[in-house]
Amino acid sequence: MPLIKKDFFGLKDLSADDIRYILGTAETMKYILSQKNKTSPHLRGKSVIILFYETSARAKLSYELAARHLSASVVDMTSTIQNKEFDSLVDMGQLVDQMGADFIILRHPIAGAPQLLARTVGASVINAGDGFNENPGQSLLDLMTIREQKGGFEGLRVAIVGDLIHSRVSKSNIWALTKLGAEVCVSGPATLISPEIEKLGVNVYYDAREAVNNADVILTTRMHKYSQNTVVLPSLDEYKRFFRIDEALLRYAKKDAIVMHPGPIRRGIEISSGVINGPQCIVNDQIANSVAVRMAIYYILTQIGGAFQ
Amino acid sequence: MKTLMKNCHVVSPGFQEDELYDIYVVDGMIEEVGKNLENEATKIMDIGGNTVLPGLIDMHCNICDPGFEYLEDIETVSRSAARGGFTTITCEPNTDPVIDNKTVVEYIVSKSKSHALVNIYPYGSMSVGCKGKEMAEIGEMFDAGIVGVSDGDEFTDEASFLRNVMLYTKMFDMPVITHCEDRGLSGNGVMHEGFTASCLGLAGMPREAEEVIVARNIILAENTGVKLHVAHVSTKGSAQLIREAKKRGAKVTGETCPHYFLLTEEGVENYNTLAKINPPLRTNEDVEAIINGIADGSIDVIASGHSPSNEGDKNKVFTSADYGISSLETAFSLSYTGLVKTGIISLSKLVELMSTKPAEILKLENKGCIAKGKDADFIVVDLRQSYHIDPKHFASKAKFSPFADWEVQGRVIYTMVGGKLIM
Repeated sequence: MPLIKKDFFGLKDLSADDIRYILGTAETMKYILSQKNKTSPHLRGKSVIILFYETSARAKLSYELAARHLSASVVDMTSTIQNKEFDSLVDMGQLVDQMGADFIILRHPIAGAPQLLARTVGASVINAGDGFNENPGQSLLDLMTIREQKGGFEGLRVAIVGDLIHSRVSKSNIWALTKLGAEVCVSGPATLISPEIEKLGVNVYYDAREAVNNADVILTTRMHKYSQNTVVLPSLDEYKRFFRIDEALLRYAKKDAIVMHPGPIRRGIEISSGVINGPQCIVNDQIANSVAVRMAIYYILTQIGGAFQ
Repeated sequence: MKTLMKNCHVVSPGFQEDELYDIYVVDGMIEEVGKNLENEATKIMDIGGNTVLPGLIDMHCNICDPGFEYLEDIETVSRSAARGGFTTITCEPNTDPVIDNKTVVEYIVSKSKSHALVNIYPYGSMSVGCKGKEMAEIGEMFDAGIVGVSDGDEFTDEASFLRNVMLYTKMFDMPVITHCEDRGLSGNGVMHEGFTASCLGLAGMPREAEEVIVARNIILAENTGVKLHVAHVSTKGSAQLIREAKKRGAKVTGETCPHYFLLTEEGVENYNTLAKINPPLRTNEDVEAIINGIADGSIDVIASGHSPSNEGDKNKVFTSADYGISSLETAFSLSYTGLVKTGIISLSKLVELMSTKPAEILKLENKGCIAKGKDADFIVVDLRQSYHIDPKHFASKAKFSPFADWEVQGRVIYTMVGGKLIM
């Protein structure tokens, strides 16, 4: 059995088999979710602590719902974190750990925070997004949606367009897709492409048309607020001129190409309204999978997670 | 006090590598060096054929005293230095209060006399409060005992200010020592900008942040005629800039630290904050270039780069964690293991890098070599003995190191300062 780990930091550390195993489990969970009684007993008697140093309605909802469907007791600590004091993360972790938490779902604005927390606690730490590093949960639901739509990953041409430096889900997607055998092309303003990212086995294009050319899947990113505050981009207006996914750009992709976005979308800037409302944009399918994927993560960690041995 | 050290394998200019010498020390000075000396020594030490080197001189060290004694103080830093074979250390001016006036210089000089085992020579800050705006009283500090003028590892934004400092410092024939980093270019970076930073999702500091300022400072130094010492060189481009400047005859010297030729950016994998250092650890290409720079003389000095932090400030999320490394106790063994054992340079070249050159740059005329009339500052090292680096047993208050558990060779067994055996 794959995945013998206490914690879940990201897709960087997982093999292709690990990822396929999680996706398979998520499909089972999706089946459970389609039943009249969605609740299953796998996490009965376990406690899940949600520790978010950044607010996110969807991620929190999906982790919380997933835990409740699996019968865990859930405590949301987000509102009680004062001043967002990042430095007391170790203290906070120990506190939560001492009170007997089995899972800590951490979202934090600094990369590597889950690794630091995991070193000091016995609970399984699940990374719900750390700085500009990874957001594996979000990525897995993208992957699940792609697999449902395209049947697999081998030979698939995937374009990722937008802000590659600040998009942690894109980072997770790149780790996963390259391992799963897809061809990944990235495109975005040169100031928003991570340095030396091509060494991860992706092709970098500054012309979005080349990246999208013949693509099966187009993933877009959220234009992070950082990319407007600083001097990396003249304006979103200019951005949309070159990198917005609109009907004209979509013409370069395969006819049955799908367009995805982690949400919330800036309509008209990241993706044109026409494409969002069109048949190729499958943002809603993505959302439906988010709970199933998180249930799969919990389930797998309870099976082999260090906190329970 | 008259001490005779017998059977020393001396590595210092003018000595044969494979012969044994005796060193006769009277009242803290070397009275005589020769073979089979006979005299009325009150104490005879048999060194037993071990290697005797001139005491090492550290050109880049933070002693944190006054102001940050919880990190390190004059007493602990001097014990740490003695363990590492440094008989003379300098002191960066970024203390609190900053070393920007003669009172602070006098404090360090007098506390060093009473509390330190090794010689401590402070650097004076070029500006009031290390702020790079108003010039500090460089002349008064010179009279009080500073040996160089430094920016205290802060970025001097105003080139015109630095130019004035250079012109002014030239009057006292002291080196101007600069940390080269354009804070605008390094931005909010916390490690080297490159592949590893991209993989870890951390903001990077590009090489240019260092190189642009190295180039600027060299140009200013060439035109003002001051002696410029470039602190902790970490990139290939910086080494090349110094190499070219030297070819033109500029009075520029370069310094690096063991971590810049032994570790790469991969050291921070898994968000290892122990390897969070500024300038950051770079790439293999830079490591090779630094080693080449050492070998061809572009880089003149290996300093420890000792900058203490504490466990709590290191045990944080990477971006919030402190920069710093505890390196006085590892610098020599690491350099010996990494450069001499590997055949890149000879031991006498290493002595030059860690003692002779620093003495020359800082104008410590009685230090840096073993000869009649010089200060009796030397160390005895056992070059055969290998050991594992164990930060828990550091004398420094900063008991951590990215080199923990590395097996190194060249243990310092005795350290003598002014004829007194201190370790």
